[in-house]
Amino acid sequence: MKSDYDLIIIGGGPAGLAAAVGAVENGVHDILIIERERFLGGILNQCIHTGFGLREFGEELTGPEYAQRFEDRVLQAGISCLVDAMVLDVTRDKHVVVISPVHGRLEFTARAIVLAMGCRERTRGALMVAGTRPAGVMTAGTAQRLMNLEGYLPGQNIVILGSGDIGLIMARRFTLEGANVSAVLEVMPYSTGLTRNVVQCLNDYGIPLMLSHTVTSVHGAKRVSGVTVSEVDIGRNPLPGTEQDIACDTLITSVGLIPENELSRRAGVELDLATGGAIVNQRLETSVPGVFACGNVLQVHDLVDNVSEEARHAGANAADLIAGRLAPKQRTIRVIPGRGIRYVVPQYVDVHEADEHTVLSMRPDDVFRQATVEVVADGRDVPLARFRRRHLTPGEMVTVNVDSAVFRTCAQYVSVRVV
Amino acid sequence: MSSTTRIVTCIVCPEGCKVSVSTDGDTITAVSGHGCRRGLGYARQEAVAPMRTLTTSVRVSGGVLSLVSVKTSAPVPRERLLDIMTCVRRCCLSAPVSQGQVVLTNVLELGVDLVATRSVERGSPATVHEPPHGG
Ligand SMILES: Cc1cc2nc3c(=O)[nH]c(=O)nc-3n(C[C@H](O)[C@H](O)[C@H](O)COP(=O)(O)OP(=O)(O)OC[C@H]3O[C@@H](n4cnc5c(N)ncnc54)[C@H](O)[C@@H]3O)c2cc1C
Ligand code: SF4
Repeated sequence: MKSDYDLIIIGGGPAGLAAAVGAVENGVHDILIIERERFLGGILNQCIHTGFGLREFGEELTGPEYAQRFEDRVLQAGISCLVDAMVLDVTRDKHVVVISPVHGRLEFTARAIVLAMGCRERTRGALMVAGTRPAGVMTAGTAQRLMNLEGYLPGQNIVILGSGDIGLIMARRFTLEGANVSAVLEVMPYSTGLTRNVVQCLNDYGIPLMLSHTVTSVHGAKRVSGVTVSEVDIGRNPLPGTEQDIACDTLITSVGLIPENELSRRAGVELDLATGGAIVNQRLETSVPGVFACGNVLQVHDLVDNVSEEARHAGANAADLIAGRLAPKQRTIRVIPGRGIRYVVPQYVDVHEADEHTVLSMRPDDVFRQATVEVVADGRDVPLARFRRRHLTPGEMVTVNVDSAVFRTCAQYVSVRVV
Repeated sequence: MSSTTRIVTCIVCPEGCKVSVSTDGDTITAVSGHGCRRGLGYARQEAVAPMRTLTTSVRVSGGVLSLVSVKTSAPVPRERLLDIMTCVRRCCLSAPVSQGQVVLTNVLELGVDLVATRSVERGSPATVHEPPHGG
């Protein structure tokens, strides 16, 4: 097997596949995708519901169908894919160490690398729920995998903690498979999942969504027998006297995702505490030159269409770097979250004459109606760009397309705020 | 006849518009609040007879996976979803299955088919050696 590639992509989910497509479109063909599972497609393989591809393909597809379209493009372009192979190490000088049951230990070098390892679910350990540790507690993604890929129903009487999209989707899935879902609990006063999922996964089946509620203890010796739930105040502290017991044999947690950045750290990539992903410039290049990041490993996305778009951009930029087409930067501008914004990606913009526009992705830290997202420079008060949005919620990522001239007029930093 | 107005949350795209639909008996008299034309059609349908696309999975023998994901070829009446599930549960396929293959025709005489949404080649399911990475 060949050991030198122009571009190595780590992870064969939607981000990795779209990055490869982006690189091919920009003239780089010598690409290797490395995926640890037996199939390409990443998390989409277990997302058998519809809701993918409205923006990318103009039709509503299931996860496997969406993945297949990108896989077909990648295979047609003749890109090499190594599956069932896990990357163990990446270095600053773009040396990649892989272990595979078939090939054993393999080593590769590349001129550029795209990190596309996705994310994993926060587990109950991070939740600090009191009580014993009986069987029957698992994350929504684990339940999804058991039910959709392995054909195993993990329980009959279910309580779901967290109203993230995976939790909502699984509430419906359990109900369709004949299990009873008593409630979905959400500690925040709003659902953290998409509204359409609250409607079609909970309301359709009469499953109650208990906002401002959390699980305060888990009962059961060997197997979960029930949970105590309480209402919480705005500081998320349980309110005494509001406890109620709900009998169940399974507690499903859907309390957030964390980008999977162990490899990035090994490569010396600097991470942003707010996103859990790499700090990048507008080309999605990390602090290690020639190493790019995209998809859920960079920031957690709600929509795969956004993942594909971001990843295609990362792949195209990696190709430009390989071809020596990147214009030298004039200076670097910091992008910082202002009022109402939790984080912004990219964290830096390298100012180039050639750039026409720059996409900023962000998450608000609260719910806003009829809001305006403003970009302001160097602490001045007059905004350089304004974007109206009907509805902003922390559960949905916001993207704005900023004219790059804005950054050229700016000296040190821009901040993004909601008014 | 008296006219009633209800709010329908559009689920066609992530925007989730709140569409208000006024009806007079069986006739729709006014629709407002939709962000686009797709939402108009959805809200009109939702106000009289909600329809949903069903996605689930069907057992497969002799394949690299023991399940294949499927969907209804078009939306079906919402109140028939659980009936369709009962019928799907009895179904078992043998590998290979290809994406787009019709798994059941004219399910419960509803005029829609059940279609495979992925391919499953012949082989044996490997045991999962990685902890699920969620998503
Ligand atoms: C339950 C659920 C419901 C969703 N619903 C929707 C929806 O309705 N509509 C929508 O648009 N989006 C939805 N999404 C979001 C969308 O699916 C994800 O945002 C998208 O799949 C992320 O793509 P990714 O490539 O970044 O990550 P992933 O799909 O997680 O892919 C990462 C890949 O990298 C591989 N990998 C990781 N580490 C290594 C390593 N060391 N070596 C080799 N390979 C490695 C993994 O095996 C994996 O295949 C949903 C997600 C979930 C989980
Ligand atoms: S009305 Fe249109 S824009 Fe609004 S949610 Fe429905 S499909 Fe989306």
